[in-house]
This record gives sequence, C-alpha cells and structure tokens, in this order.
Amino acid sequence: MTAQGMPQRNPGAIFRGSDDDLTYRARWYTSRVVIYGLLIGWAVVCIFPIFWTITTSFKQAPDVMQSNLIPFLDFEPAWLGWRSLGLSPETIGADSTVRDQFLARFTNSAIVSVSASALAVFLGSLTGYGLSRFGYQFGPLRNADIGFFFISQLILPPVVLALPFLVFYSELALLDTHIGLILLYTLTVMPIVIWIMRDQFMSIPSELEEAALVDGQGVWGAFARIIMPIALPGMIAAFVIALVLTWNEYFFAALLTSTDTITLPVMVASQTGSQGISWWTMAAISFAAILPLIVVGILLERFIVRGMSAGAVK
Amino acid sequence: MSQADLIHIVQPDDITERRKRIGRLLIRGSFALLVVVVGLQLLQALGYIDLGFENWQPAMFTWIFWCVSLCVGQVLIRGEQGKRILFVLPSALFVISLTIIPLLLGVAIAFSDWNLSSPGGPSFAGLGNIERMLSDAFYWNALTNMVWYTLAVIVEYAIAFGLAMLLSLQIRARRFFRVAFLLPLMLSPVAVSWMIGKSMLEFRFGPISQLARALGWEDPAFFATPELARITMGVLDAWIFIPFMMIMLLAGLQALPTEVIEAARVDGASAWQTFRKVIFPLMIPVSLTAIIVRIIFKLKLADIVINITAGGPGGSTDTVTSFIFREYRDRSNVGYGTLLAIFYLVIIIIGLTLLIRGLGRWMRPYT
Repeated sequence: MTAQGMPQRNPGAIFRGSDDDLTYRARWYTSRVVIYGLLIGWAVVCIFPIFWTITTSFKQAPDVMQSNLIPFLDFEPAWLGWRSLGLSPETIGADSTVRDQFLARFTNSAIVSVSASALAVFLGSLTGYGLSRFGYQFGPLRNADIGFFFISQLILPPVVLALPFLVFYSELALLDTHIGLILLYTLTVMPIVIWIMRDQFMSIPSELEEAALVDGQGVWGAFARIIMPIALPGMIAAFVIALVLTWNEYFFAALLTSTDTITLPVMVASQTGSQGISWWTMAAISFAAILPLIVVGILLERFIVRGMSAGAVK
Repeated sequence: MSQADLIHIVQPDDITERRKRIGRLLIRGSFALLVVVVGLQLLQALGYIDLGFENWQPAMFTWIFWCVSLCVGQVLIRGEQGKRILFVLPSALFVISLTIIPLLLGVAIAFSDWNLSSPGGPSFAGLGNIERMLSDAFYWNALTNMVWYTLAVIVEYAIAFGLAMLLSLQIRARRFFRVAFLLPLMLSPVAVSWMIGKSMLEFRFGPISQLARALGWEDPAFFATPELARITMGVLDAWIFIPFMMIMLLAGLQALPTEVIEAARVDGASAWQTFRKVIFPLMIPVSLTAIIVRIIFKLKLADIVINITAGGPGGSTDTVTSFIFREYRDRSNVGYGTLLAIFYLVIIIIGLTLLIRGLGRWMRPYT
C-alpha cells in the first residue's frame, strides 16, 4: 500500500528519506493504525451479537455451557435450534405445528408492516408534496402550522395512545385484526414519512410542474407523471424506514393482539419470558426475526442513510 | 423550516352551479347521516332504546363515509383548487380521526376509576387518580429514571460524533463499515433483549460475562445493583440507537463547506484546533436536531426494559412506558394507567417546548 491520500503538509521537506519525511510517515502510519483499529473495534461491537445469535442457533447444550464460539473449530454445528422450529433439513418436509405457528406470526408481521408502510408513504407523500407546493389556510393555520401539526405527532409516546386505543378498538371490534394494527402503525410512522417527503419535495425545483400546469395538465397529472419519478428514491427511503419501525414494533402489538394477529416481536417476547426454553431455539427464533431487516439493511443501506439524513442538512 | 417556492399558478375552471350544489349536498347529507347514526348509538349506549347495535362500527363507517364525501365534495365544489386541497386533507382527517378521538377518550378514561378485572364498569373518579399518582413512589421513580436515561443521550452523542468523524475520513471499505455500524438499528429491540440482555450477559456462559471475568471482574452480574442495571440498560439502548445519530451527523459532516476547513489548515491550525474552532461550531445546528430527535425516541424507551428486567431490580430500570405497561398488564388498571400516561405527555410537551425554545437561537438555520 502506498501512502495514498496522504496529505502533503510539509512541502519544504518532501525529500525521500529526510528526517522530516520519516517522522511524518511514522505519524501518518500510527494515525492509520488508530483509525482502522477504532473502525474494526466498533464493527466487532456491532456485528458480534448477530454472529453470536447465528452460531448459537447451531449449538448443542455442551457447546452453550462451554461458551464455544467459532463453528467447525470450537464446536460441530448441529441443527438443534432449527429442528425445534421445524426448519432444519430433516424436518422441513414433515408437518410441524411449531413451524406453522412461526410462519403465521411471520406472515402477520409482513402483512402489517408492509401495508402500514405503503399506506403511510402514500398519504405522507401527498401531504409532503402539498405542503411544499401550495399555500394552504385552514382557519388560522397556514402551511408551517399544518406541517408542525403532522410532525409534532412524533412526540406522542405510544403509551399515551395505547390504553385509549384498547378501549376505542374494542368498541369498534378492531382488536386483534390486521386492519386495526395497520391503521395504528400508519399513524405512528406518518410524522417521519412526512418529514422525509417534505424535505425531498422541497429539493425539487417547482419550475418543473409549473411548466406542466401552464401546458394545461392538472395538478394530479403533474404530480404523478413529473414529480413522482424524481421523488421515487425519497419514497423508497421513507418506505424502508417505516418498514424498520413497524416490523420491530412491540408495544402496541403486545397490547392489541391476542390470537390471530400476533406479530413476530410478540412471539419472540413470549418465548423470552418462559424459563425452560433452550438457548438454541431462542437463538433460531431471534435470528429468523431479525434476518429480513438485516437483508434490507445490507441491500438498501443508501436509502436508509438518505432518509435519516433528511432534515439534517439544509 | 424554510418555505420552498410555492406554485402560484391559478388554473381556470368553470364549475357549474349544479355541480357545486351536488358537492354541498353530498357533504351536508353525509354529515346529517353521521349525526343521526351517532345519535342513535349514543341513545343505545345511554340505555334509552335498544336498537341491537353490537358495537360502534356503524358510527365508524358513517364517519369514514363523511370523510370521503368531504374529500370528494372539495373537488366538486372547487375544481382544481379542490384537488390541491386533497393533497393534505386525507392525511389530516386520518390523523385527526386516530389521535384526537382517542386522546379525548383518553382524557375521559384518565378521570375514571376503571379496572378491567373488576365486575363494575368505569365510574367517575374525579381527582382520585391524581391523588393516587402524587403518592405513587414507583411512578416518580420511573420519571426520575427517565431523567437519567435522557441525560445519557449526551454520551451517545459524543460516541456517535466520533464514529461519524471516523466514517467521514478517507478510509477503505467505507461502505462495509457504514453498513456494519448501521445494523444495530435494524434489529428488533425484542430480539436484542434476548440476544444481548438474556444470553450474552448471562451470568455463567454469556460471552460478555466471560470477557468481564477474563478482565478481572470476578462477579460480573450486570443487573445486580440498581445503578449497574440502569447503566447496562442505557448501554444497550445506546447500542441500538447510536447509528441513528451517527447517520444524521455524518450527513452534516459531509455537507460542511470544505473551503473553510482547508482555509483553517492553510492558516496552520492543528487537527484539534480545526475541530474545536471550525467543525464543531458548524455542526451545532445538525447536532441539536439529532439530539432532540433522539430524546424524543428515548422518551419512548420500553421494549428492552419490559423484556429484560421488567423494571427490576426494585424499579431501578423502569421507564414510564414499561411501568404503565405493567400497571395495565398485571393489574388491569385502565383508568389510572391512562392518567399516568397523559401526565407524562404533558411533561414531555412542556419539557420539549422549553428545550426547543432554549436552544432555538442555536438552531437558527432550521427554524
């Protein structure tokens, strides 16, 4: 490796091998070592729990008790954890109530989080666009106030809505239904989606639609044909962030679901509580619960970064 | 927030009087229907007549019908102008339906004595719940814990800033590090509760406990004393949420004007001086935004507490949310729990308003 990117701080003494050059190089290499040491150290802190969970799902009791870490080297991987879920190679063909139950929870989570995120992005994009383009006045409220009304919902702690919703939903017969959970999740991610989308639309110059409007297109046509394609990356960003929040949501799901619509986090939590459960089973369930978002995180990282950077920079 | 350039083009539209009339009729008609249905349901709920409603769904459907009519009516009455209103109106109706009504309901519940496990329904409690709250040591303890958890945001901020600085340097495999640093945020807090809280910190075989033993701590019990348990919980929550602040700060760092930093270098400023006098001051607005948003999320902290310690030992890790969760789950106290939640909301609103006011002049570019 050459000293690529090494800033030339001392242009008077760049002769190879001069004293200045040597001390400077030494300092440059030490700083590199420190930087990469810190980076790798933190990467280990971030990744080790995931590695631990994956490997534990392949451990047997003695491996757990001896804290063996590295598969094949320290211990021989076994399908124990996955067999108890009915997802190991031998059991995958056979009937398994545990697997059916797990897949039902998984499907519930997927239905609820994808629908809620899609609905939130749909409503939130329209709102973000409207607020960034048209001057509204509802009574004394103008654009800034309306935007504040939506975004300020972010501070509502879930616990304030939880018990009223329990009563509200039981009166409306929406407890333990997909639609009830979807509506509530949409509500909780709307402020973030509107924040991101308004930021995205504000960065698109309005001359684009003005031209279309002058040409006689309606506002809806201009929005759908001209603005949507440009704002698509922002919409994906908002969708992914909403998906992360709704997939992982536990608090409302724990209170508002009971049998049919239990989501994955609730299932994981109910297993954590029971004493006799084996580590390998817990590890397998936990890993299956986090895997979808790990994949999303790796594939769509730049959208997540884009979404979270919204509003940070002007 | 600065206002972007609005569109001022007025599109010509000729709307017949008949169309306007139909629009108004639709809105008023659906509203009348809503009033009638809600009225009938109220009469049944109060016990005057029995119409055989099993739940409030009829009222819900007429409410939805009225909302839709209101939206359609805007287009019928105002044409293009109405279509512009439709960008915001559906979300506004959605949010109002699902926050204002439950919140009003919540206020009513908060002043009632309502225990789901007792045979009688709700009864008006007056100020009884408030008196009970004032003498509830566990609730005040949970509120005090929230202060500690919130103060920990400063430490998280320092670490997140350091990581953002590292990622903004000229490094190899930048994408790998960025993805790796982001991963904790992707993980379900409930799964993390088991992965780290229950297994890696497990007293006998957990790898972190073993590491602690190897480092000379003979008795690595992370949840044994109140202080230690609270710190452990804070560290776990920090682990999940540091990436969030890191990404915001990284975006801020990447948007810094490079000329200013180069000018500082040319003028002979050391790396520390450049950071202290140039980078950090320029980062203050982004930092404050990141800290405030992080505090908002911190105030919702509950999942990992519920699943790892359930507030223990002795309530030392309890958050307000996890406390109210147990108040409901274990004791079915809907009325009292709701009052605690609403009181918490009032504190949050006052606290955040003061905070944002106080910090406002440092955040000028954003307000």
